[in-house]
This record gives sequence, structure tokens and C-alpha cells, in this order.
Amino acid sequence: MLGPNGAGKTTLLRLLSTLLRPSRGTLEVLGAALPDEAYKVRGRIGFVAHEPLLYRELSAVENLEYYCGLYGVEQARAVELLDAVGIGPARNAPLRELSRGSVQRVALARAVLHRPALLLLDEAFSHLDPAAVELVQPLIGRSAGVTRVLTSHDAMAAAAEADVVLGLRAAHPVLLAPAAELDAATIRELYR
Amino acid sequence: MSGPLRALLRKELRLELRTLAALPAMMLFAVSLFVLAHFTLNRSVLEGDLAAGVLWIALLLASLLGANRLFVADVQQGGLEGFMLAPVERSLLLLSKVIVMLVFLLALEIIAVPAFAVLLLGPPLGPAIGWLALLLALADVGIALVAVLVSALASRTRARDLFVALIGLPLMLPIAIGAARGSAPLLAFAAHAPAARWPLMIGLYDLILGLIAFALFDFLVEE
Repeated sequence: MLGPNGAGKTTLLRLLSTLLRPSRGTLEVLGAALPDEAYKVRGRIGFVAHEPLLYRELSAVENLEYYCGLYGVEQARAVELLDAVGIGPARNAPLRELSRGSVQRVALARAVLHRPALLLLDEAFSHLDPAAVELVQPLIGRSAGVTRVLTSHDAMAAAAEADVVLGLRAAHPVLLAPAAELDAATIRELYR
Repeated sequence: MSGPLRALLRKELRLELRTLAALPAMMLFAVSLFVLAHFTLNRSVLEGDLAAGVLWIALLLASLLGANRLFVADVQQGGLEGFMLAPVERSLLLLSKVIVMLVFLLALEIIAVPAFAVLLLGPPLGPAIGWLALLLALADVGIALVAVLVSALASRTRARDLFVALIGLPLMLPIAIGAARGSAPLLAFAAHAPAARWPLMIGLYDLILGLIAFALFDFLVEE
């Protein structure tokens, strides 16, 4: 999803994640009509939001263990994922002591903890350095093998990740096209 | 106990142990009120209605401090949204918050009631302890339910502290009346058992609050 600031990208992701209720219209995610059947899909969606949705006073491993309990996932998965995103000895320190980039890695681990079928990624690569972006590719990149809906401040990079691009402006769709058919001029026009 | 409920409770207790945001303030506040009552009432010992009034005012006001903190970490750090994304019943959050508030109140009373007996109470506390424990247990359930409901409602407002006090105290009034009237004969020099209607009244109010909380909680935490 591409579009200028305020176009409604985050709102649409929050609707898809079941966090927001649509005020009108219909919404279907993974075959379930929202909000009535939200309970059917919550366990199949992974959401990386602007905020990490983690507790600053708890450590990385304590945060993930908490979510393991909520999702009914084995506790060993927490350590496995923290290793995968490169949070080593820092896993036992309170999150408030970690850098924003490290917290973002933990947030990514939280989002994939329950092996979701659909990943909603709202600026998921923000705060990550190039090495970290590389590191998390197997979890949230194309190679993860799950359906992804993503937004990014880097429109060209986001389009390169995508099969289909939805362009939004002022909460309305203005573009829906295969990513391969988009050129730089079309994307620039979307942000005008 | 279910896995999600255990996870919620462990998280709540870890957060309180790390931050000590609620319990020390509640205890200190209650004991401070006893000291204040000692000087402002100009009495070295209290008994009967006055003793019951001071004890329950202190406990109810101190409970508001705990109520104010119940959803702070969840709302400010995004944990509430994290919970809302999970495939678990919303009522588990209600249950976990009520249990945590009950733990806070129990810890408060373990400190505050003996402190009250030492600092202000004229008659000995020993003979009254059984009935008083029953009244405390019944009142705690109601206070915890009001605290969770009001703090969930207030969590997204800017004037959270004010909101909890303004809405919470009127809702706690039936508990305050039943608990104070029930405790007064227990805390008198000629102590005797309270009329059964007071614990029954608190119990009935607990039941009504529980039903309201169960019916409303989903709407309070959803955006």
C-alpha cells in the first residue's frame, strides 16, 4: 500500500488486523467477514504496528513468553525467534535499555511468533540498519512464504517487494496495479 | 488455570514488581490517612462508627491509587493492542485485572488494617477479625470490579486520575456504606456481630457489578 502521509494506509492495516471496526462497507480477511468473525482470524494474523506493542519494563524474552501464553505457542519459540533476529545476551534486559532498532527486531519476532498466514507490516523496516533488514528477511520478507500487506516510506523499495500495489490518497483507492507494471513516474504522481 | 490467563497474571505481577507503581503508594497513602485522622480528629483512639468510617475511607481512597495504574502500561506501551490482536476472550483481561486488583487490595489490607489497629483503634482487633475478614473479602471483590471498569473506561482519556476518582467513588458508595455499617459494631468496645444485611448487601452489589462488568468490558477496551 502506497500513498502520501494521511492517505489512510495505517487505518486500513488496523482494520485488516481487527483492531479497528469498520464504520461502513464490508471487510473480509482470510475468508472471514470482519468484525463479526474477527475471532476466527486473530490467531492467523501477524501485525507489525508503528508501536512495538511490547512492555518496556519487561525483557525481550519475558515479552515474547507473554505472547506465547496468549497465542498458545510453546515457550521455546521465544528464544528461537530472538536468536533469529539477532537479540543475543540482551534478551534478558528490560526493553527500555535496548536501542529502538533492537526493540523493532523484538516487535518483528512478536508478530511472527504464532506462524501467521497473513502479515500486516506497517513500516516494519523502520529503525533497522541494512544488516538487520537482511537478518529479518526469512521472517517477514518475500522468502517467509506468507501473504504480506505492507506500507513503507520508501515507495520504490516497497513496490519492489510487492506483487500488487494499492495506491491510496485521502482514504480513497486511486491505483490498483501489478507492481511489475508500475514505473517511477506513476509512483511519483501518487505522492503529488 | 488457562494458559492465556496465567500469561496475563504473570505479566501483571512482573510489571508491578519491576515498577512498584501501585502497591507502595497505596500502603503509604492509607497509613498517612490514619496519621492525618489522628491529628485532625484530635483523638488518640477511635471506636465504633468513627473507627469504621476512617478505616473504610482510607481503604477506598487508597484503592483508587491502584485503580489509576491498572491500565497505564497497557495503554501507554501498546500492550492493550497486543492483547486485542490475540485469539483470546476479552473477558480474560477483565478476570486478570480483577485478580491483580484483589492481590493489591489484600497486600494493602495486610499492612493497613494492623497499622490502623496500632495507631488508632481503641478496642482490640482480635475478636473482630473473622467478621472483618469477611467484610473485607466481600468489599474487595466490589472495589476490584469498580476499579477495573472505571480504569478501563478512563484509560484512553487525558484526565485519567480525575475520571477514576469522580466515577469510581460514587460507584463504590454502596460498598462503603455496607462495609462501614457492618464494621462499626465489630470495632466498638462492646463488640458484637454485624447485622446480616450488610454483608448480604455487599455480596448482592458484587454480583450486579460482576454481571455489568462481564457485559460491558468488551466495549470498554475496543476502539
